[in-house]
Amino acid sequence: MLDDVIFWALALLAVAAGVMVFRFDSMARATYALLTSLLCVGGEVLLLGLDYLGVVIVLMMTIEMAIMAVFMVMYMMNPAGLMPMTMVHNKKGAAVICAAVFAVLAAGILLAPWPSRRGRASADPTRDLGRSLMGPQMLTMMTLGVALFATIVVTVVLATRRGRYDRFGDDLKARTADDPVRGGVGR
Amino acid sequence: MSLELFLLLAAALFSVGLFGALTQQSIVMLMMGLELMLGGVIVGAAAVWHHIAPAAADGQVLVVLAVTVMAVEMAVGFAVVTALFRAREVDMTDMAAELKE
Repeated sequence: MLDDVIFWALALLAVAAGVMVFRFDSMARATYALLTSLLCVGGEVLLLGLDYLGVVIVLMMTIEMAIMAVFMVMYMMNPAGLMPMTMVHNKKGAAVICAAVFAVLAAGILLAPWPSRRGRASADPTRDLGRSLMGPQMLTMMTLGVALFATIVVTVVLATRRGRYDRFGDDLKARTADDPVRGGVGR
Repeated sequence: MSLELFLLLAAALFSVGLFGALTQQSIVMLMMGLELMLGGVIVGAAAVWHHIAPAAADGQVLVVLAVTVMAVEMAVGFAVVTALFRAREVDMTDMAAELKE
């Protein structure tokens, strides 16, 4: 009974906050609405018995939305929402597409013959996850690790002000960079 | 709570996120829509693990995958916005479309 109440409260809050993300004028409020929605997602995951993943989602989303708020203030032309403006296009068409997608998904969910539950969750699902990632799902874990490392490299390369051609020019055999301030030994 | 209820919640989050991804002109707001869509995927994967195959950890691995995709999407998205803004002082999708010319 208590689980039902928690589920409905989190579900309604998640969807309502998700809708409000795109209705708020203030970008800061939109960020906090998204944070609320994703925290509710973490709560639902906790409700399903995945304690470790639920806590990871809650912690990660809190930090992620804090960073997103900083980027919104940096780039959005109206971060505080003091001058309401619309920055959307094709709202009606998108609403029709999204309603159709939800209708198709809901029909599939309600009409599909879902298989019955097989097996029982162990006392420690986190241990199962760790053993799976370090065993049969090792390739998945390695792929995720490489993807995260590539992300670090790519984001630094993309965000850096001076790239390879800025520093060395078009000459691929250039030995020294044309840096405004020379570095290294003997400067 | 049945599997269907959790999946309907996942579908609702996915649809709301899709609306944001389709309508928003700001790249940062577009990324917020993608985050909501991935939130729906997380709820769906966790619910399928709990209600269909709780003995196997594969559903949990799918949740880990979705969480990682969220982190990568945000990091690369912000880096692309930064590079785009440096190059053209653009943070809107409609203006970024001119880059292909």
